[in-house]
Amino acid sequence: MAKKLMKGCEAIAEAAVQAGCRCYFGYPITPQTDIPEYLSARMPEVGGVFVQAESEIAAANMVYGAAGAGARVMTSSSSPGISLKQEALSTIAGAELPCVVLNVMRGGPGIGGIAPSQGDYYQATRGGGHGDYRQIVLAPASVQEAADIMYGSFALADKYRMIVMVLADGFIGQMMEPVDLPMGATPEVEKPWAATGWTPESDRPRAVINSLYIKEPDLTKLHERFAARYAEIEANEVRYEAYQLEDAEFVIYAYGTMARICKSAIAILANEGIKVGMVRPITLWPFPTKAVYEAAALDSVKSTLTVEISAGQMFDDVRIGVNGVKPTEFLGYAGSKIPTVDEIVAKIKSMKGVE
Amino acid sequence: MTTKVLFEKTKVLTDVPFHYCPGCGHGIVHRLVAEVIEEMGLAPTTIGVAPVGCAVFAYDYFNVDMFEAAHGRAPAVATGIKRVQPDKCVFTYQGDGDLASIGTAEIVHAAHRGEKITTIFINNAIYGMTGGQMAPTTLVGQKTTTSPKGRDKDWSGSPIRVAEMLATIEGSAYIERCAVNSNANIIRTKKAIRKAFETQMAGKGFSLIEILSPCPTNWGQSPVEAMKWLEDNMIPYYPLGVMKEV
Repeated sequence: MAKKLMKGCEAIAEAAVQAGCRCYFGYPITPQTDIPEYLSARMPEVGGVFVQAESEIAAANMVYGAAGAGARVMTSSSSPGISLKQEALSTIAGAELPCVVLNVMRGGPGIGGIAPSQGDYYQATRGGGHGDYRQIVLAPASVQEAADIMYGSFALADKYRMIVMVLADGFIGQMMEPVDLPMGATPEVEKPWAATGWTPESDRPRAVINSLYIKEPDLTKLHERFAARYAEIEANEVRYEAYQLEDAEFVIYAYGTMARICKSAIAILANEGIKVGMVRPITLWPFPTKAVYEAAALDSVKSTLTVEISAGQMFDDVRIGVNGVKPTEFLGYAGSKIPTVDEIVAKIKSMKGVE
Repeated sequence: MTTKVLFEKTKVLTDVPFHYCPGCGHGIVHRLVAEVIEEMGLAPTTIGVAPVGCAVFAYDYFNVDMFEAAHGRAPAVATGIKRVQPDKCVFTYQGDGDLASIGTAEIVHAAHRGEKITTIFINNAIYGMTGGQMAPTTLVGQKTTTSPKGRDKDWSGSPIRVAEMLATIEGSAYIERCAVNSNANIIRTKKAIRKAFETQMAGKGFSLIEILSPCPTNWGQSPVEAMKWLEDNMIPYYPLGVMKEV
């Protein structure tokens, strides 16, 4: 199929429809409002559900209801709206339901700004809502990758009965790029646990969709299930891009749009004879800890640099991965100030000790 | 010897003993809702949503597929369920802290969208589960653990009349206020609940039955005193009757 020039948000929304998502609940917030706008027209065309909720809180609780009733469902928002959704997301995690959540990150804290940012890494990878739980977090670096990731997220959520968060930055949502849309519904699993109407003669137990486990050891057992599931995900679902690591003198760690900016810097440095490689995490949880270590541990590598549009959030996970095998440095700013190609080039040169 | 069955508990309630206090109205209303669901033949297609509050364990009692919602969010959860299963009977069961305080946005907008769901709203003028704090429905002068000298109108406002408020919304199709303080009123309450479920299944829009219900434990009264207090104090402020019917 010929590539189409599409805006990131619209490509993501159409990829969700192609994957078999027939249910969207959302609320307008910049810079992701193109998603509800697109789906308000698209969902009725495919017999799906679109509801513009009264708030992000309500939208996410509608997702809980639809997911518990067995639907393939998603919501989207941007940073302040994602904070509002956390009550329901924690509930969804506790009830072991599948759903997909898109966060098109903008600067924070508070209302912050509307320019791109990577300031929600901690919130996304440390659970977000209250309680000891995880969600799968995927970070695209192009419109094509955003569409592909969104397309695959529903099957992933269904497989593990958990939240998949697509963590994009404002660039991905707003820029236009040629995209080859993935087509055809992705695999669905049976959902015998869903609340769809029951009688004592039904061939399944009565459904109680619930995150309340007041009698021990029920809550302990929930977390034992989580631990087993998380171990399986860490073993099977880690994704990353290893870029020009051969003979690299320095390794950069960056994700999302920031990684693309780093590639421009890597090209300039290569022209000047400085070999720089990169590990770009695609899954932020599970984090590619082993790949991060192995790149740093290469004999050719002298030191590493993490670059983020934040004050250094993924940097924590990088340091756990590198584990002291080589020096780790950081370049980035809180808010929406974006490290430039020139700054990255200068930083690597200073690490090498040249002007 | 032959035996004749004069009364049987509805099968839409499980055999789990209620955790409710002696004299509480929740048990009465649970039975009325379950009987209506059974009599209308809706049990196989009904999905209920329990609140946070005294009725938090309603999912253990209603013998149908159930959800437990976060505090106040039951109407949003019910919206999600109903939109993906439009042919099902979906109801929420909520108290006054859940519905009239933390969940006001969700209930107003479920009515505003005309969601084809039924809400059973228990108004006992107090927060029960957390131990007797002031609710938006607490009467002026009523003593609670967070209004120890009685609710002060200038400080905390006057109690909110949910049924009247929701009746002003276009999407509401059937709104009635009832009470469970006497046999006659209990019979009226059951009829109202049936009407609300019929409204939903006819696809007319949002339906809600507000039910004035006693809380002897947190009112500091005996069950008999509580029934009398409800009649003497709540009904004059919260008039019974149909507020909206389309």
